[in-house]
Amino acid sequence: MRIGSPELALLVLALPFASFLAIGLIRPLRRSGRPAAAISIVAMAGALLAAAAMSWEGILVARALNPSVLWSWLPADGGPMASVGVWVDGMAMQMCVLVTLISLLVQVYSWSYLADEPPPSLGRYYAYQSLFAFSMLGLVLSPGFLQMFVFWELVGLCSYLLIGYWYERPEAARAAVKAFWITKLGDLGFVAGIVMLWSATGTFDFWPLFQAAESGALHVDGLTTIMFLIYLGAVGKSAQFPLHIWLPDAMEGPTPVSALIHAATMVTAGVYMVARAYPLFALVPSLLVLIAWVGAFTALLAATMACVERDIKRVLAYSTISQLGYMMAANGAGAPEAAFQHLTTHGVFKALLFLGAGIVIHHFHTNDVFRMGGLFVQRPWVGGPFLIATLALAGVWPLPGFFSKEAVLAGVLQAHLSGPFLMLILTSFLTAFYMFRVVFLAFFGHAHDHHEHPEPPLTMDAVCRALAALTLALGLRAAVAGPHAEGPAWLPWFSLAWAFAGIALAWATYQAGVLDPARLSAAFAPIDFLARRRYFLDAIFAGAYRFALLSFSRVVGWIDRYVVDGVLNALSAGALRAGDTLRRVQTGRPQDYVYGVALGVLLLLVWAQLR
Amino acid sequence: MPLQAYLVLAALVFAIGLFGVLTRKNAVGILLGIELMLNAVNVNLVAFARFRDDLAGLIFTLFTIAITVAEVAVGLAIVIVIFRVRRTIEADHLDLLRG
Repeated sequence: MRIGSPELALLVLALPFASFLAIGLIRPLRRSGRPAAAISIVAMAGALLAAAAMSWEGILVARALNPSVLWSWLPADGGPMASVGVWVDGMAMQMCVLVTLISLLVQVYSWSYLADEPPPSLGRYYAYQSLFAFSMLGLVLSPGFLQMFVFWELVGLCSYLLIGYWYERPEAARAAVKAFWITKLGDLGFVAGIVMLWSATGTFDFWPLFQAAESGALHVDGLTTIMFLIYLGAVGKSAQFPLHIWLPDAMEGPTPVSALIHAATMVTAGVYMVARAYPLFALVPSLLVLIAWVGAFTALLAATMACVERDIKRVLAYSTISQLGYMMAANGAGAPEAAFQHLTTHGVFKALLFLGAGIVIHHFHTNDVFRMGGLFVQRPWVGGPFLIATLALAGVWPLPGFFSKEAVLAGVLQAHLSGPFLMLILTSFLTAFYMFRVVFLAFFGHAHDHHEHPEPPLTMDAVCRALAALTLALGLRAAVAGPHAEGPAWLPWFSLAWAFAGIALAWATYQAGVLDPARLSAAFAPIDFLARRRYFLDAIFAGAYRFALLSFSRVVGWIDRYVVDGVLNALSAGALRAGDTLRRVQTGRPQDYVYGVALGVLLLLVWAQLR
Repeated sequence: MPLQAYLVLAALVFAIGLFGVLTRKNAVGILLGIELMLNAVNVNLVAFARFRDDLAGLIFTLFTIAITVAEVAVGLAIVIVIFRVRRTIEADHLDLLRG
């Protein structure tokens, strides 16, 4: 195990946070736009350098060393309840580099992409971006569940803020709220799980928990329930079935935000958490099987929906859900290393896909792939990187997606999970199909309009090229390093064959015109019907939400009308009736009052006598 | 004659006055009842002044008489005004303040 310098890790954390504080608190700076963006980008570049240095200087240590810097937190009787700090092991270091790199590139890209935004909004955007990077880094470096939960919620908040960045648009505001609500549903399980774990073991910290788990000394009643609840948090965050419905709607945010959320932050948090807490999950094999099945099912379900989607960003969103399913399936199959490898490679090429899609959307002024065409001829420098990322996602040798996907498949196969394995193989076929459907429709085919489009800004292009170079480098490094997935020899050829079959089907349908798309969808009519309607899951959720809300409102309305109002009405009616009765005392005749006075005096006299 | 005799006389006059105030229907009669009650008080004051050799009671009585005169003047003026407006001074009909 390698560990890095904790001082550098703290620097990695401090830089984006300082930039957030500076932009967020200094009002003139925030409203100035561009200077705020420059500060955020410089801070992010510094964080990337620090993360790279930390990763570079990481030293090999014995397995029994606690790789963290800790301070105690929440003092209580009998010692502090939790600790905060940084836990700098290999996974955290690699993740830090990925998060800072993608954040930096996304921020540079946004410099041009959001050039037309008013300066105050731009300042706000960069403040959120800095906070987002800080939250994700804090999550990645967490030494315990409690700190992880705090940053987990911060990440959720930032995604809400960024998805709803154009909050004047009702769809964006609704999508932000939806993302927040759906992920909160999972977070409820997460927080309940970690509190139950704490009450059973007395600690939130990974180190003692993992030590106990690996030495078999962890005896907790109901560990299955606890770990299932913690897994629920990952289901919400990493968009697993059935809580995946927030992710496609999150496309309402600006495209760079989608790239950030889908590649390095937010959705990877769930996968990372499960991979991080794997020693604990490993104690509950039945839950692992469930995770694998749910992951594989999510992958397949999202892939079918991607096949019928017309919006290029939504296709990419479904492909993200699908790839997250792969990662979770690998986690469930007992191969968290494969999951993590797929997470990092996917982060790089998914960022490239989204940023490329941003240029494509800028170019055609539409999200609909059926109204695009011929971009590859006009802009080979845009099409090239996008094509590389698409091949990587489809899992074609020698790109990084091929190796990480193969590692995932090998892991699932070794765990003897043939059901999930078949689903994942089918998914890889569908992945190749729907991605090349987009490529053939948008980049090849014939152009629909012939008027001149302006060149995409240089920074956006440069970011895409840098990511494409990185994708190629990662793939070539993996290819040179040789095969390390311990699967059977036929597996690479098998998955490659399915990927090429998918590409061939897309080519035959959308490029060569051999197959009619309408006949293809007719052949799979039931699935086509359901996928186009998103398996009615959105409707079910909306209906359940509405049902719960309406029935609850009805109960509250009944209580308000009949209990609260009833008491008040009874009181006022009583007062009215009493007044009606008592008014007869007031006759208005002077002599009656004198009677009253005389009687009162008499009574006083009698009382004085008797006393 | 002892002090008690004067006090009993004053109490009787006061009771007669109160009875008049309570039972007379005519507003002028009610005013007369009030006069009786006030004079009963005067008798009390004079009796105490006499038996305790205290001049203050006599002076107080003088004041009371003066105030009584003023009160009758105002009371009769009100009765006349009421009669002009309502064409009656029957106390039972003057019930504008009825709830």
